[in-house]
Amino acid sequence: MITLHRCWVYGDDVNTDVIFPGKYTYTLTAPDELAAHALEDLDPAFAQEVQPGDVIVAGRNWGCGSSREQAVTALKAAGVAAIIAASFSRIYFRNCINQGLLPIVCPELHRLVRTGDQIGIDRAAGQIVLQDGRVFPIPPLSPSVQAILDAGGLLPMLQRRFKGGA
Amino acid sequence: MSGCTFAEKALARAAGLPAVRAGDIVDVTPDVVLSHDNSAAIRRIFAETGAPRIAYPDRVVITLDHAVPAPTSRHAQNHAEIRQWVQEQGIRHFFDVGRGICHQVLGEEALILPGETILGADSHTTHHGWLGAFGAGVGRTELAALWATGQLWLRVPEAARITLTGRLAPGVTAKDVGLRLLREIGADGALYRSLEFAGDALSALSLDERAVLPNLLAESGAKNVYLPPDQAVFDYLEPRRTRDYVPLYPDPDATYVADYHLDVSDLPPQIALPHRPDQVVDLGDVLGQPVHQAFLGTCTNGRFEDLQAAAQIVRGRQVRCRLLVIPASAQVLRQAVQTGVLDTLLAAGATISTPGCGPCMGNHMGVPAPEEATISSGNRNFRGRMGTPDAPIYLASPYVVAASALAGCIADPREYLS
Repeated sequence: MITLHRCWVYGDDVNTDVIFPGKYTYTLTAPDELAAHALEDLDPAFAQEVQPGDVIVAGRNWGCGSSREQAVTALKAAGVAAIIAASFSRIYFRNCINQGLLPIVCPELHRLVRTGDQIGIDRAAGQIVLQDGRVFPIPPLSPSVQAILDAGGLLPMLQRRFKGGA
Repeated sequence: MSGCTFAEKALARAAGLPAVRAGDIVDVTPDVVLSHDNSAAIRRIFAETGAPRIAYPDRVVITLDHAVPAPTSRHAQNHAEIRQWVQEQGIRHFFDVGRGICHQVLGEEALILPGETILGADSHTTHHGWLGAFGAGVGRTELAALWATGQLWLRVPEAARITLTGRLAPGVTAKDVGLRLLREIGADGALYRSLEFAGDALSALSLDERAVLPNLLAESGAKNVYLPPDQAVFDYLEPRRTRDYVPLYPDPDATYVADYHLDVSDLPPQIALPHRPDQVVDLGDVLGQPVHQAFLGTCTNGRFEDLQAAAQIVRGRQVRCRLLVIPASAQVLRQAVQTGVLDTLLAAGATISTPGCGPCMGNHMGVPAPEEATISSGNRNFRGRMGTPDAPIYLASPYVVAASALAGCIADPREYLS
């Protein structure tokens, strides 16, 4: 099944300080509070206009800098369905997996779409489909990493282990 | 078959396997699991897992450092929740407000040793490579998983080698070396990689200076950064350690995906411009740019020798802009008091705050006004990092920070060194 998603397009080396400012990291906890500050120092329009199902499309090294997980959870709380980047910082990539938010490595896409464009994602076929018909593969994850994503993230996986399938 | 890198040896040890190779995914049991003010949030995730207790409380280290003393009642509540948790779980290695920045305190307490593995809910956990440990940052949920199970999956990284040769000129430091390397490698040039140092310039660096390199090079995207431990490290650890260790060294025929070489002899002071740690130029290119606040501290450059270097510059002079000094630990502060270094800084017009992270990530204690420029001895200058989006941040060595405080603009410390 192909799902349709509106794109928010950003450049290279977008760091976690502008995705979710450090000054809020020990005080804001509720998902809607986090969502209200998502991308605050990069694109103030984002938190106002983001809709459930939107995707982030970015250049290289998305999410560099601090390890703060809120840089993922704030976007997830804002309704972001996937993040597609030319590359990810390593901790950010792990945080995505652990939060059950699909990180897709696609070197070309940020040069081909603009903010507001729609793309299709076919998870079963492992493909991104553009409106002009061009198709880009979603690179497969290793089985153990895919298992975390399939469980909905690391927390549900741990719950299964300790609570026997919550 | 070629030899093994440090990362391959360290992760084989941490995974309890005879050998692992770059690209393998392994379950490791780290020797130390580190968190800080984020421990309350981690506790809440842990509570949701259903795990009964922390699996290995003696491997857990918690330090309150990111917003200390508490700037608001919400921060105070966060700290109180952590103290209660520490008591409930019997966590011995807990360091309360004012003891210092987690990475510095771990070194002072010798809680992590050569060849061991530390995972921390802090992106500068790469720091611990200064003594030959494998240190990597993880997220909060992963930290909760480590508390619950003691284990976490890691991909064994490919490694790149950095060979440093030569001797630094006076007024030039490991910070300048680190900034020069960021300029060369870039913000993602070492993404997912183990950066492994080599070369005869390393043994000439003091232990305080060595810690700058693996700390700052987190900004290259590296997973971990390694310096080969030598006798100076072993001598430092001997009176402090409480367990045995086996240092690890890469094999001479290990495979590296990249090789960098830097002769540090002719290196001039370096500076990172707003708003990127890898946007680095020679200091001489930006002399005279106005500075409103100078900040000496952080896990990168808040150690005793850093304060001493600044004192050397400001001795008998007066600062022309705010100079905030925040020692990396209580031990650093005491040493600065006992040696007169602190008095020299205060006499020159510096002010001092509680050991910890200070204004580095914009919580408190030196948040700049819009358009006010800060020169910092820290490791990050992203937009808004210190709490104000339109306040430019420069990164440089303690010498340069002190000289710029005297001049009220970016200045060359070598003019003040006699």
